[in-house]
Amino acid sequence: MTSPAAGVSPTMAAGASATATTGHAPDKSGLRLTLKVWRQAARGALGRFETFEMPDVSPDMSFLEMLDVLNERLIKEGADAIAFDHDCREGICGSCGFMINGQAHGPERETTVCQLHMRSFRSGQTLVLEPWRATAFPILKDLFVDRSAFDRIIAAGGYVSINTGSAPEANATLVPKVAAERAFDAAACIACGACVAACPNGSAMLYVGAKVSHLGALPQGQAERDSRALSMVESMDAEGFGNCSNHYECVAACPKGITADNIAQLNRDFALATLRSGSKPTSTGGGAG
Amino acid sequence: MVPPTAATAAPAQGSVRLASKAPTGPIENRWSQHKFDLKLVAPANRRRFEVLVVGTGLAGASAAATLAELGYTVKAMCIHGSPRRAHSIAAQGGINAAKNYQNDGDSVHRLFYDTVKGGDFRARESNVHRLAEISTAIIDQCVAQGVPFAREYGGTLANRSFGGAQVSRTFYARGQTGQQLLLGAYSAMMRQVGEGRLGLLPDREMVELVVIDGVARGVIARNLRTGVLERHVADAVLLCTGGYGNVFFLSTNAKNSNVTASWRAHKRGAFFANPCFTQIHPTCIPVSGHYQSKLTLMSESLRNDGRVWLPKSKGEKRRPDQIPDEDRDYYLERRYPSFGNLVPRDVASRAAKERCDAGFGVGDTGMSVYLDFRDAIRRDGEATIRGKYGNLFQMYERITGEDPYKVPMRMYPAVHYTMGGLWVDYNLESTIPGLFVLGEANFSDHGANRLGASALMQGLADGYFVVPATIAAHLAGRVLPKVNSDHAAFAAAEADAANRTRTFLSLRGTRTVDSFHRELGLLMWDECGMARTGEGLGRARQRIRELRAAFWQDIRIPGDADNINQELEKAGRVADFLEFAELFAEDAHVREESCGGHFREEYQTPEGEALRDDVNFCHAAAWEHTGEGRPSTRHVEPLEFEYVKLTQRSYK
Repeated sequence: MTSPAAGVSPTMAAGASATATTGHAPDKSGLRLTLKVWRQAARGALGRFETFEMPDVSPDMSFLEMLDVLNERLIKEGADAIAFDHDCREGICGSCGFMINGQAHGPERETTVCQLHMRSFRSGQTLVLEPWRATAFPILKDLFVDRSAFDRIIAAGGYVSINTGSAPEANATLVPKVAAERAFDAAACIACGACVAACPNGSAMLYVGAKVSHLGALPQGQAERDSRALSMVESMDAEGFGNCSNHYECVAACPKGITADNIAQLNRDFALATLRSGSKPTSTGGGAG
Repeated sequence: MVPPTAATAAPAQGSVRLASKAPTGPIENRWSQHKFDLKLVAPANRRRFEVLVVGTGLAGASAAATLAELGYTVKAMCIHGSPRRAHSIAAQGGINAAKNYQNDGDSVHRLFYDTVKGGDFRARESNVHRLAEISTAIIDQCVAQGVPFAREYGGTLANRSFGGAQVSRTFYARGQTGQQLLLGAYSAMMRQVGEGRLGLLPDREMVELVVIDGVARGVIARNLRTGVLERHVADAVLLCTGGYGNVFFLSTNAKNSNVTASWRAHKRGAFFANPCFTQIHPTCIPVSGHYQSKLTLMSESLRNDGRVWLPKSKGEKRRPDQIPDEDRDYYLERRYPSFGNLVPRDVASRAAKERCDAGFGVGDTGMSVYLDFRDAIRRDGEATIRGKYGNLFQMYERITGEDPYKVPMRMYPAVHYTMGGLWVDYNLESTIPGLFVLGEANFSDHGANRLGASALMQGLADGYFVVPATIAAHLAGRVLPKVNSDHAAFAAAEADAANRTRTFLSLRGTRTVDSFHRELGLLMWDECGMARTGEGLGRARQRIRELRAAFWQDIRIPGDADNINQELEKAGRVADFLEFAELFAEDAHVREESCGGHFREEYQTPEGEALRDDVNFCHAAAWEHTGEGRPSTRHVEPLEFEYVKLTQRSYK
């Protein structure tokens, strides 16, 4: 049976693996790490860094599991747990994400923090954890930010208008395999916001470009292609996201490998839509950048 | 009333409280006839009805979008910051549909047949047939939304095979089908939000159901950012809140998946059906340490190309690539030659457990089996395999640090899906009028075992096509007097929720919520997991009660109630799991047979397969809450099989 108390010691049995299959890799030694974590009690409150020593971190842990262990300790000590958004812990829901030493989602390419494992770090390192910092993503608490601006951009036009029941037979419209693959590559975005956090301008061009490219690559997305580009860009600007100035930090930070050509596609679609609409850009923020 | 040992499960006697409303007549006409017989709400009247959707996974998002399109006034709430983060997003493998694009003999009837048989004859035939019928329209809808399904070079849709079927009927978008389908439903929903027809309530957790004059009329929700308890009035409430796999603590479910909405509804009168029917998925990444916070599934689609094996001798020390074929036991192919590696999940999981328990397992702990792609890579080339499963291989490598292109994956079963859920009739309405339950949260379509790629199909069938039709029976068929949020029932439900929060914060004990949750999970896995016994289940019921008592004395929650407080959120969910777990164990205890994912060691065939007792247990068991601390009452809905003959399932 498990010990009633669960703490940070690696010998602690809390939930010693349901499968009764614990005791993995006994000879792997733990890492000694120092964490500097942004603590902020609430939106608009004054924040500061707090330092925590982590004496014995298993290299097989995920980054969030390390924070779980730290939170167990903090609660037992009577302190408040560190708030961070997370859910699936499989890198697909897009809930998690914060800066580790200035890098969105940390040092591994195409890896969310929930899939980042401690074997990527060396003993003795100091890790600075900060929330996404962007005008359009207000900090709610500690590492937890509000990304609802992303939903509002989708509501502005990130869809195909097709009511349930009115769809034609699925194979009636052939979609070339390359188009389907290209659409998928863009649609793989998880809306984590790393692109915005990594961008010096806090731009959401990669996020918006991915949606515009996804639907624009498919025959089903053509009818609303122009209006989609115009309204999504307008919404993006209204939410306070900055412009793209071709740093491509977003591409480097993206855990799903969304590529820069999605930004180019957005620029093309926006420019063409503006010309075809015969009016001035509705956007006030300099268009799609 | 059921005594603890329960040889008493009433056989054929159905409960009058469980009128399934399943139509009769030829099965292929039932759904269309039923739709014709249902009342309608005229377009101009729809906006007068307020529908509240709780949960925005596949079932909730598709229902919310469709009801808003129809003209109802809809509100949708979710515990996530964005509706797109619901756990449907993590479904990997695919979605079934009886399109028969492969010309390999598929049909609506075959999908119906496979699903009833795969569920080990514990689902309602009428519901399953409807699901199979609707499956084809789901694919049409999703394609029209821009879901980027896999395609052949000619531009047609591609298919692959899943367990429990001998045809290729699974549509997929690489290993991220759930994500793409959810984004389709989410975009449909956000279009309605943008057009002002749908109110979005993110960061809300339903903590009470409000029932007035016997009808569901709204919920109390906690705003997870501000802590404010909100009253939401509705003419119908749709629970689309997923399954309860996290009662095991370790499962493939997302961390925030929980039973609270269902359990709160249960305590207000919704019967809970077959809680012991749980799916243990055969291919998950094994547990690596005490800090493990969740388990990661590897899609069943991998069994199209991966071969499952273990060494023939115990204590084999060689590396897998050095073990020649003659020393390998491809035990699924050996035992089940017709289905081979693609046997249903319950069968594959039990086989893995049996081999590991017998001492043939591999890995540091001896609790894993190989899933090997060597032969597929030799046959098709690494590029082809990468194209099909690239993201899954990458995920595996990230978690384990091992390269599955070079060494076989190591897998072990883990809790994945729950077939049980709130009891619903053919209209998906629970025993509380006006409360509809969709998707994994209900019990209706998968019996005792769900086939791969059928969860996505059911969630979307319920949301896009079933409830939008059946909800009219309630809205047009009942008199729904106007209620508002200052009704005494709202005040009372809010007070209950506020009291719970106050109690949690006042306990100031010594243990974290997670430590209790882990302890509960371990207990559930040991006694209510892949193999259950009457003795173990009796023990579990006692220990769950003890653990619950300790929880209510000794938890410690930091912080306060009027801000983001994730520990407080967890406390509410674990408190409900601790009550629900006892019902789960009781249901497993009383069901003295084995069927699908419910395996009682006392009841097995000589070959070790699940042995059903159709004389005494060919029914759904639906539990009624009768008051705090009082035993639940077990009601029975007999299941009749007119079209798929009751037989011992065989995949040999």
